[in-house]
Amino acid sequence: MKKAFGPLAALVGVMFVAAPFVVANAPYESTMGLVQKIFYFHVPSWFAMFTAIGICGVASLYHLFKNSPKADRLAEAAGELAVLFGLMGLVTGPLWGRKSWGVWWQWDAKLTIALLLEMTFISGILVRKYGGPGSDKLAAAVGIFGLAVTPFVYEAVNIWRTIHPLTSVVPTLSAAMAGPFWFCVSAFMLLLVVLLTLRVNLGARQAALDELYLAQED
Amino acid sequence: MYLRRLLIALTSLMLCASPAFAVQTGVGQGGFVPVDSVPLADQLPAAPLLITAYAFVWIAVMVYLFSIWRRLNKVEADMRALAQKMPQR
Repeated sequence: MKKAFGPLAALVGVMFVAAPFVVANAPYESTMGLVQKIFYFHVPSWFAMFTAIGICGVASLYHLFKNSPKADRLAEAAGELAVLFGLMGLVTGPLWGRKSWGVWWQWDAKLTIALLLEMTFISGILVRKYGGPGSDKLAAAVGIFGLAVTPFVYEAVNIWRTIHPLTSVVPTLSAAMAGPFWFCVSAFMLLLVVLLTLRVNLGARQAALDELYLAQED
Repeated sequence: MYLRRLLIALTSLMLCASPAFAVQTGVGQGGFVPVDSVPLADQLPAAPLLITAYAFVWIAVMVYLFSIWRRLNKVEADMRALAQKMPQR
């Protein structure tokens, strides 16, 4: 993994530099025009967030039942990245909405649950930072709760009436739009892998430091 | 005779007045109606919103990478400080 990390990080950098040019060549959407091109970064950021939540939830479950520090570090890293990618989605979405809906924000089901999901994972970070002893277990419970909420965020547009585009948009994309879209999804997923590797490594170093402190006290 | 003159006068007046009715313009705005959102034609152009969205993603990644680098540096510095202390015991 260490050998592959450098080329992978370079590939992600190249993909993110190329992404605006790839998106610029995608056709305009008939009703929204230029602003619809935010879609190519907005939706992949949610895909990356949902993947990070999946990793966080599964690692949290493992840590709760097996008491694994490695799984805890993975859950911590993935939870932090869920916040990062969720923030991207929550910022790029209103920029798109301002033009296509005429408002920055709408308190409908989809947007409100997405905001609550972001706040859930921010609370997970705060629990770890200020929760004291046993906070890893509490944060794991928050991670599992976040994983349970995620399907509702995805399906909200199909369950409730909302002005947000439906989930049927992605499967029905034309070939000229699907190419740039999946290119951006790949870039975001690889970025998630790179950042997760870095963050897990940081967690491992912090754990090693804690071990050193304990050894010094003994 | 008198009635006939009156009829001619009224008809002439009506005929003269008819163009005035024909060129009537729309009624002037008697009041302003407030709306919550700016009309579509006056909204911001799309390009700044698009550029802001893409720039935000870049900035968010850079800030996060910087935060990891800073935290890693602090851990490494603490480890070095601790390693220097340990042989002295």
